Amino acid sequence: MQSSSHAAGGAAVPVPRLAGHFASLEVQNHAARLGMWLFLATEILLFAGLFICYGVYRFLFPEAWAAASRSLDLTLGTINTVVLITSSLTAALAVHYAKEGKNKMVAVQIALTLVMAVGFLVIKYFEYHHKFEIGTLPGRFYSYEGIQLPGVPLYFTVYFCATALHGIHVVIGMIVLAFSMVRALKKADFGPNNYTMVELGSMYWHLVDLVWIFLFPMLYLV
Amino acid sequence: MTPSSSIAAPGATPAPEEHHDHHPSYLVDGTTIKSWLLTVDHKRIGLMFLFWVLLFFLVGGIFALLIRVELLTPGPTIMDAMTYNRTFTLHGLVMIFLFMIPAIPAVFGNFMLPLMLGAKDVAFPRLNLLSLYIYLAGAVLALWGMLNGGLDTGWTFYTPYSAHTTTTVAPVLFGAFIIGFSSIVTGINFIVTTHTMRAPGITWFKMPLFVWAIYATSCIQVLATPVIGLLLVLVTVENLFGFGMFDPARGGDPVLFQHLFWFYSHPAVYIMVLPSFGVMSEIVATYSRKNIFGYRAVAYSSLGIAFVGFFAWGHHMFVSGQSTFAGGLFGVLTMLVGVFTAIKVFNWVGTVYKGAVEFKTPFAYFCGFLFFTVFGGMTGIALGTVSLDVAWHDTYFVVAHFHFIMVGATIMAFLAALHYWFPKMFGRTYHEGWGLVSAALIILGFNATFIPQFLLGNNGMPRRYYEYPERFQALNVASTAGATLLAFGFIIIAMYLTYALIYGKASGKNPWRSKGYEWLSESPPPTHNFVGPQPVFPEEPHFYVDPKKAEVPDAV
Ligand code: HEM
Ligand SMILES: [Cu+2]
Repeated sequence: MQSSSHAAGGAAVPVPRLAGHFASLEVQNHAARLGMWLFLATEILLFAGLFICYGVYRFLFPEAWAAASRSLDLTLGTINTVVLITSSLTAALAVHYAKEGKNKMVAVQIALTLVMAVGFLVIKYFEYHHKFEIGTLPGRFYSYEGIQLPGVPLYFTVYFCATALHGIHVVIGMIVLAFSMVRALKKADFGPNNYTMVELGSMYWHLVDLVWIFLFPMLYLV
Repeated sequence: MTPSSSIAAPGATPAPEEHHDHHPSYLVDGTTIKSWLLTVDHKRIGLMFLFWVLLFFLVGGIFALLIRVELLTPGPTIMDAMTYNRTFTLHGLVMIFLFMIPAIPAVFGNFMLPLMLGAKDVAFPRLNLLSLYIYLAGAVLALWGMLNGGLDTGWTFYTPYSAHTTTTVAPVLFGAFIIGFSSIVTGINFIVTTHTMRAPGITWFKMPLFVWAIYATSCIQVLATPVIGLLLVLVTVENLFGFGMFDPARGGDPVLFQHLFWFYSHPAVYIMVLPSFGVMSEIVATYSRKNIFGYRAVAYSSLGIAFVGFFAWGHHMFVSGQSTFAGGLFGVLTMLVGVFTAIKVFNWVGTVYKGAVEFKTPFAYFCGFLFFTVFGGMTGIALGTVSLDVAWHDTYFVVAHFHFIMVGATIMAFLAALHYWFPKMFGRTYHEGWGLVSAALIILGFNATFIPQFLLGNNGMPRRYYEYPERFQALNVASTAGATLLAFGFIIIAMYLTYALIYGKASGKNPWRSKGYEWLSESPPPTHNFVGPQPVFPEEPHFYVDPKKAEVPDAV
């Protein structure tokens, strides 16, 4: 079983390490992917809690939520959505090249992803900055007078909690991807048999993307 | 052979150590402190968890005794009201988050799961070690918070009080959040291990029932913990920065907090109790010397409990103002849990029936367990009835209910597991006589502690009160006396097990003549669990010849 996986790699392509407690490489990779899927499920559930809060309060304060969501900058939000979706594509391409053993291209695609991630954060910074100025801050810090409806401060609490949690995930995703990039550049050891690391990082990035795809319509559009 | 395969050749077995005729047990394979603290061996990690879990059990136990001493008299006895609030909060938090949730999965799950699957280790050994340190980090943070200022919200952190109290809420909440991570990581590790690491021959329906139980538990941990993780963070920022998410003063809804809290915490009670069910299935088969009755029913009912456990949370909120319809619905869903539990109980009893019972210490705990589960479960059914719960809610009746089922069952299973697997883990035997004496003492002490609390609650004594009217005193004294008995039981166990650890006789490979896969390895096992090539397990895990019949019972 394991000899076949070995032979498939050929002599020139580096073979990944097989930890001693696994029966074969296939099993090891399967385990890694299964573990990642489970982890991503927990991440989605983490956000699900916030989505429930969002849903409940939206139900309780429909007008306030409509009014408050109109005060967000739709243009910036849309740009960010496009940026993030594109970065998800480059992350996927990185996996594609990793499978082919083109380590340079892996690094390039990840670098592109990271650039877009930074772009996302910069735009987010401007949005946050604006909110700090006009005072649409969560809870105790709320001082905005523009919309006078009960429930509006709560909207911004949910907004900040959700986007900040998402932002933290963006940063973590960047670190994870950067790690693969350094590996691709320094060791160049990704290949048909060894791309799990890039794949997992990219899966994580898709999660970041996916969560935003839920957050964007929830917060900006409806 | 290849440049990067420095650890092991890409083959089925790790590089064979040549000229190696003796495989040291995991206990002596490396004796430096570092070889323990940085180990990736699931057995050593399990032992380290055992150490910490026992330590926190001691801490929680001391605080339990302080509570009971305080309630000895109607007025103030040894502390003031605020200290009392902090004491029961600390007791609850430590017991639930630091003892009961990790106790059986992190200790015995870690130790036994790979052995029972014929694997060399869990799927992610380094992650496994990490989960220990995450647990400790969370524990340190939470305890630090509790000692520096303390927390008086009770273990349920109900808002809006927890958002406004001036006691140190944030570090404790955040500590609990971190501990949740450890729980998630362990759960993921066990699920992946069960899926990918089974030795040839171990199909899903040849897995030992303990594995099934741990698997179901892990599913709950992975699905429920993130939600409470988020909730704890929200309450933390609420307390620190006044975000107002669950604060009615800012438009928030405290009942939403309760929904989210119980969405985790009701399944969490099964995180605590399902592993106990798994332990008991192993023990009852071994000491009855019979194949487990209805293997598949026991396995599936674990999953069934895990599943319906997610839809019963509203029974904690019958008096929160939720609609009558919701109350009724949650009541019915709650009863469903009882059905699945009953399936297990009948199967255990069916296994013992006409078995050749060996009444060893673990079996004594099984008997206590059966009583606590049935009695505790019945009171749960009663509480699931809305009209009754309205009277009993937040009284000592509820306290007695959850102690019976949660603490009673978990402690029975924890002690049973400790005695059952003690020879496996340490290769030594303990004194059977002392084992039985202390088991009797503990079961007696438990009943003496909590049966009076059922009566107190039924007579109307509310929980979490510092003072009470005269007429409740007799029962409170009885309860405190029971707790003292209980403490004695634990002291005796600590003494003879420590003695056995040092002077105990060698136990041999399989002192109980059990058919569990874990006993096929040495006692204590060598570092990679099994000597030689990948083991193959063709038989059922609970495959005993029925002693009353000459022939082999039908395999399930
Ligand atoms: C099988 C293991 C079980 C465990 C570990 C368990 C544990 C608990 C705990 C910890 C509480 C109190 C929570 C608190 O307020 O601090 C509780 C309350 C409750 N339990 Fe259970 N329980 C179990 C089984 C059941 C069953 C089978 C039922 C019903 C069929 C049930 C029904 C209830 C109800 C209705 C309450 C709420 C009482 C109230 O607060 O008024 N429980 N349980
Ligand atoms: Cu419950």
